[in-house]
Amino acid sequence: METIWFCLVAVMLAMYVVLDGFDLGAGIVHLLVARNDVERRLVLHSIGPVWDGNEVWLLAGGGTLYFAFPALYASSFSGFYLPLMMVLWLLIMRGVSVEFRNHVSGAIWAAFWDGCFALASVLLAIFYGAALGNVVRGVPLDAQGHFFVSLWTNFRVGPNPGVLDWYTVMIGVVALAALTLHGALWVAHKTEGELQSRARFLAAVVWWLVALLTGLITYASFRIQPKLWPNFPAHPWGAVFPALAVAGLFAAIWFSRKRDDLKAFLASCAYLLGMLTSAAFSLYPWVLPASTDASFSLTVHNAKAPEYGLRIGLIWWAIGMALATVYIVFNYRRFSGKVKLPASGEGY
Amino acid sequence: MEEALAVHRLQFAFTATFHYIFPQLTMGLALLIFIMKTVALRTHDDAWNRAARFWAKIFGISFALGVVTGIPMEFQFGTNWSGFSKAAGGVIGQTLGMEGVFSFFLESSFLGLFLFGEKRLGRVGHWFSSLMMFLGSWLSGYLIIATDAWMQHPVGYLVDANGQYGLASFWSLLLNPWALLQYAHNMLGSVQTGCFVMASVGAFYLLGRRYEKFGKLFVRTAVIAGVIAACLQLWPTGDGQGKMVARYQPPALAAMEGLFHTQQGAPVAILGQPDLSKRTLDNPLMVPRALSFFTYRSWAAQVRGLDSFSQSDWPDQVALLYFSYHIMVGLGTIFIAILLIAAWKLFRHKLYDSRAMLWILMLSLPLPFIANTAGWITAETGRQPWLIYGLMRTPQGVSPEVSAGNTWFTLLGFFGTYTVLAILFLYLVYLEIEHGPGEESPGPSSSVPDQSAAQAGGGN
Repeated sequence: METIWFCLVAVMLAMYVVLDGFDLGAGIVHLLVARNDVERRLVLHSIGPVWDGNEVWLLAGGGTLYFAFPALYASSFSGFYLPLMMVLWLLIMRGVSVEFRNHVSGAIWAAFWDGCFALASVLLAIFYGAALGNVVRGVPLDAQGHFFVSLWTNFRVGPNPGVLDWYTVMIGVVALAALTLHGALWVAHKTEGELQSRARFLAAVVWWLVALLTGLITYASFRIQPKLWPNFPAHPWGAVFPALAVAGLFAAIWFSRKRDDLKAFLASCAYLLGMLTSAAFSLYPWVLPASTDASFSLTVHNAKAPEYGLRIGLIWWAIGMALATVYIVFNYRRFSGKVKLPASGEGY
Repeated sequence: MEEALAVHRLQFAFTATFHYIFPQLTMGLALLIFIMKTVALRTHDDAWNRAARFWAKIFGISFALGVVTGIPMEFQFGTNWSGFSKAAGGVIGQTLGMEGVFSFFLESSFLGLFLFGEKRLGRVGHWFSSLMMFLGSWLSGYLIIATDAWMQHPVGYLVDANGQYGLASFWSLLLNPWALLQYAHNMLGSVQTGCFVMASVGAFYLLGRRYEKFGKLFVRTAVIAGVIAACLQLWPTGDGQGKMVARYQPPALAAMEGLFHTQQGAPVAILGQPDLSKRTLDNPLMVPRALSFFTYRSWAAQVRGLDSFSQSDWPDQVALLYFSYHIMVGLGTIFIAILLIAAWKLFRHKLYDSRAMLWILMLSLPLPFIANTAGWITAETGRQPWLIYGLMRTPQGVSPEVSAGNTWFTLLGFFGTYTVLAILFLYLVYLEIEHGPGEESPGPSSSVPDQSAAQAGGGN
């Protein structure tokens, strides 16, 4: 039962990264590729109707995590207190920037919110990457399952690490690069003309960085966290996850060069999904490894909620997600195709 | 540790209070907008569509702020209250998880369609999106209330070997009698917020002789819906909640009423300040025997005062609880009076010309927000010293590793962030009100010229 919930939570959070990833990515790239107010509004318009729904995957994934693994939620949220609060402020800043930018017309007003939007998007990408890095590296859990990490200590991966060390910062940079690529491919898919060519160009440049860094972090991750490797020889089918990531990475540049932007974007989705599922697969059954004493680590077994609740949850979760899929597919179909600005300038 | 606990509580109280400014407005407006869209659909009168479109903009601003201030609430269960989450996540994770899966996806998908899809969806489709927004936001409200109700009156749970609470019965959690009553009471409060805001904007237009057609429409809709909600707020829902508190949280009732000593034929204190050291009410204005009657329907019934409980079981903020309860009830009574008079004048076709009444409606704008906030302070300080009533004391729930210093840092951060949000909210809503419902926004091109449109300024 807990294994099912581990997979469901992992899928929900991976969906969050893939979906909110492109609107975060759009935020990262929009100051680079969109040069004037019309182009910036086009970029915002391409994510306007969906970004809020994408962010819901974080809330719903977080809610599901809370419900299925309360001990993990309690321990990790209080231990990562400071970075999570900063994530909250960034989410607030970003949400307000998108929603309020076009309520008032004025160059200074718009420029201010564009800046906030870009800054919050960049920082969020780095924070999310660093967060994943922290989970892979492990944290100094005590016997009661408590820990508290400060933002940084000595930037080393030791028994008493900070949120930021060389490894987690590196993962943060990978996340930033990967979401820049993802966002650029999305913008290329949703726009036309010069804006589209600039987005494609940016994607082509960033791709090299992503490819290089992906290789580096794979090596570094196995190096600093020896727990990751044994799942692969034990369950060789797990190789599909890294294979998906590699295939997605190469397909992204291939299709982007052929100007098939939708497929390039989908390939980038596959890359992100592959990377995250590889991480989840290699961590299982650990959900939060301890850097202090391996026996203090949180696993799906010692962090799960009691059995009856988990069984009941499966029923409502399945119904709820089936409904959600209907709305989401409907919503994306409604807003499919290239974006156009409405005549009145209303809305996003 | 003591200081850390106080700061954790202050941060949760502050962020929750600020957050709830927005959902009470959006849940109330969701119903009113749905009513407007329904009337528009049935009567083919486009004024109702335009009225709905105007309120949808204010709804959109409030909704965005409700979302961004709501995310910290979910996070804080883990960040600041990890002891509580670890113990109770197996139960309240159900309702919080369901909120994510059932309401948030629904609301976020239909919000865009509702705000910007009027042209593409057509009449019925757009009406449907307003229905879905209404259902989504009210469902969200229910699941949050069910979570709070479990903390007020835990049911349907079991305790496992590690002292963790788990779910024993899904339906008892979901149909907790406390939740049903609290939900009805809370949603009526939310409808009154929507109504007073709508009436206030309507009265503002009528007094300023702008958009008079819409001003009348707003005032009429709001007064009719508001008077129904205000009466139901008092009875049966408020009365029922009072009895529930008397039965399950007697120390809270004694503190709310400022009743220090157990007595037969207990009075209701209308005014007075509790003095904890002398255990009396200063400057009291009492209605003799009324409390006994309201609580037990007998003028002579005995009501337990605070003296019949060990002081360690008293709510730790007696004065705050007493005042917030009195503010809630006092304002609720004033709302009934205002809305009954307004409804009477409306019925006699005198409301739109009664400047005094319009002034009162316009200036009432902040009152329902205060009343709703006071109501929640009553509920949550009344629950103290328990985090889960009868099961877990508040100090046990706090995150042990998060120091007072770190919490002060984030609390000050929230003060700053939310001050900016409050200013933005007021500014943007003011712009929408100045901009008015007269000018056309994108939607079906029903370009009925409105003489007031010429006055509409402000960009969009």
